Amino acid sequence: MSTNHQVLLEVDGLRKYFPIQKGFLRRTVAHIKAVDNVSLQIQRGEVLGVVGESGCGKTTLGRCLVRVYEPTGGQAILHTDSQDLTLDDLNGEQMRLFRRSVQMIFQDPFASLNPRMNVLETVGEPLRVNGIAKGRELEERVSQVIQQVGLRVEHLRRYPHSFSGGQRQRIGIARALVVHPKLVIADEPVSALDVSIQAQILNLLKDLQERQELTYLFVSHNMAVIRYISDRIAVMYAGKLVELGPKQTLLRHPKHPYTELLLAAVPRTIDRQQRIITAGEPPDLARLPSGCVFRTRCKYAQARCAEEEPQLQELESGHFVSCHFAADLSLGGVVPRVQSFAA
Amino acid sequence: MQTTHTLLVDVQDLKVQFSLHEGTVHALQGVSFQIQQGKTLGVIGESGSGKSVTAQALLGLIPSPPGKVVGGRVLLNLPTTPTSTRVVNLTELKPNGAELRSIRGKEISMIFQEPMTSFSPVHTLGDQIMEAVRIHYPEVSKEEARQRAIEMMRRVGIPRPEERIDAYPFQFSGGMRQRAMIAMALVCNPRLVIADEPTTALDVTIEAQILDLLRDLQSEFGMSIMYISHDLTVVGSVADEVMVMYLGLVMEHAATDELFTHPLHPYTEALWRSIPTIDGDLDRLTPIRGALPSPFAVHPGCPFFSRCEKRIVGVCDTARPPMVEARPQHWVRCFLYTEQGNPPQ
Repeated sequence: MSTNHQVLLEVDGLRKYFPIQKGFLRRTVAHIKAVDNVSLQIQRGEVLGVVGESGCGKTTLGRCLVRVYEPTGGQAILHTDSQDLTLDDLNGEQMRLFRRSVQMIFQDPFASLNPRMNVLETVGEPLRVNGIAKGRELEERVSQVIQQVGLRVEHLRRYPHSFSGGQRQRIGIARALVVHPKLVIADEPVSALDVSIQAQILNLLKDLQERQELTYLFVSHNMAVIRYISDRIAVMYAGKLVELGPKQTLLRHPKHPYTELLLAAVPRTIDRQQRIITAGEPPDLARLPSGCVFRTRCKYAQARCAEEEPQLQELESGHFVSCHFAADLSLGGVVPRVQSFAA
Repeated sequence: MQTTHTLLVDVQDLKVQFSLHEGTVHALQGVSFQIQQGKTLGVIGESGSGKSVTAQALLGLIPSPPGKVVGGRVLLNLPTTPTSTRVVNLTELKPNGAELRSIRGKEISMIFQEPMTSFSPVHTLGDQIMEAVRIHYPEVSKEEARQRAIEMMRRVGIPRPEERIDAYPFQFSGGMRQRAMIAMALVCNPRLVIADEPTTALDVTIEAQILDLLRDLQSEFGMSIMYISHDLTVVGSVADEVMVMYLGLVMEHAATDELFTHPLHPYTEALWRSIPTIDGDLDRLTPIRGALPSPFAVHPGCPFFSRCEKRIVGVCDTARPPMVEARPQHWVRCFLYTEQGNPPQ
């Protein structure tokens, strides 16, 4: 299967449905299709940004890929140096290898650190649990990694309460990187931070990625952050992958009407008072419209959109769109500003 | 009288402290600004900048203790007849007195960040919107208050308001709840609406809808808006003028276009270089070095001194920089634009 060694992770038709249970017998009456038939590939050493609004399934996708959630269906294969790991079919040894290879960085550095564990214990825990290192060796590896993320050795014995939000996020990053993962899933890692701290963490993530040849799946609702960090961008809407392409292409020449809407909604630094029409709200995931999930908000929708669900198709090389009329529509993207604020 | 005709709010040297176990937080260290009738003032700041405390002070909502207004005035111009106005100093009013209560919610209302936690979950939205009307206009009948609430809900874009008025907050989506909050804030036709991060909890397409709605409502009702946010680009899209706050001080204040094209304060410049934008051309962000100082620290000089790229040791750390008009109608609190920062050659 692993013909292309450039591909680190192959996701094929991944689904995660959450049951809605009602009544005394907790009968399942319907499903929330949080992630529905998502297929994509993550190349070695790239940053794939996943963007979308709340409820689009971007977080669930990330969680399925670290096996926090058991997917309902579909497949994901991680190509490690030694073997291919199929996510739903791992024996004990493979599971340990998988846990080491895929790590996660969480959104809220105030909630994701145990207040009763100091930095050494927090960052060292993955090494201990996975049986990678202990004792002095563990402490050495932890010291090394916390310096890489911009903390100091004297921080090792301190507890989370004595750190600022930015420093806490550095601890979270250190914990993810200490086992030398191949793939890092970062779920809104800068959303809880002050604006002046966001840049520090974004640059740190960027530097670490380049220096250690890491691969990121970077999940965010913030298109500007996604633009800064990603090589390719995947846009999700109501559990579906609606567009996937190289960053510049997708931003300048989006092919899916939802991507156009999402880009138009981001406030600009020039033409600041531009008016856009963004009618409607995302659909109820338990009662999705027939056909295309976006048609209820789409200004280009036609009769066919209600009857037939569009499939993800490769419109140009590497640019995937799930829209019946992707080839015919001429959509507006982002025109970058030339003026710079650099003094 | 002519010059003050459109002036609505005049905040002069406002100082607020919080006395806590760990020490005293000087939340506002002398904040001055004005808001004109029908205009939007944007307030940008990070956590601890004092932007929300400023809003609380305008509403007389500083929690006391531990908070206390220790200096300055908040003057509100209330037209009594078409030709005369009454000036009220909000800091002198009793926090829960009748006069402040008659202003809060009627003349000045507020849109909060989290529409889920700022509504009562056990009352219908209609009851909560009608309550605002019934408190400030006791002569209005219940039926008329209901009609006003329905009308306002329709105006803010809630579909089928005559049915939705009897719904509870949990039955609304986040965007619709925020519309209901705006309806509640506007139902008494206030002169000033304070919006504290009103779109931060919302998705970006819903945020764009709410920003559009606020602009529309302002041109229809003519109220002033004080729009508080940490997000420069959002503030830039709604505000006529912007002030940038840092650790309880206004660092820079100018018309929005002026501030976006000619940021003068090193903090504002640094902010610009540190935020990712959708249409900027920066290849690499430049983080602001260091971290926010402890809120308990007392700074004899400029509060931004420890993180400033352009600081002048011996000047900036010894005295608080004055607010100077460095360009026409463009005020900045920085020694770089004074004689101390530019000694004669």
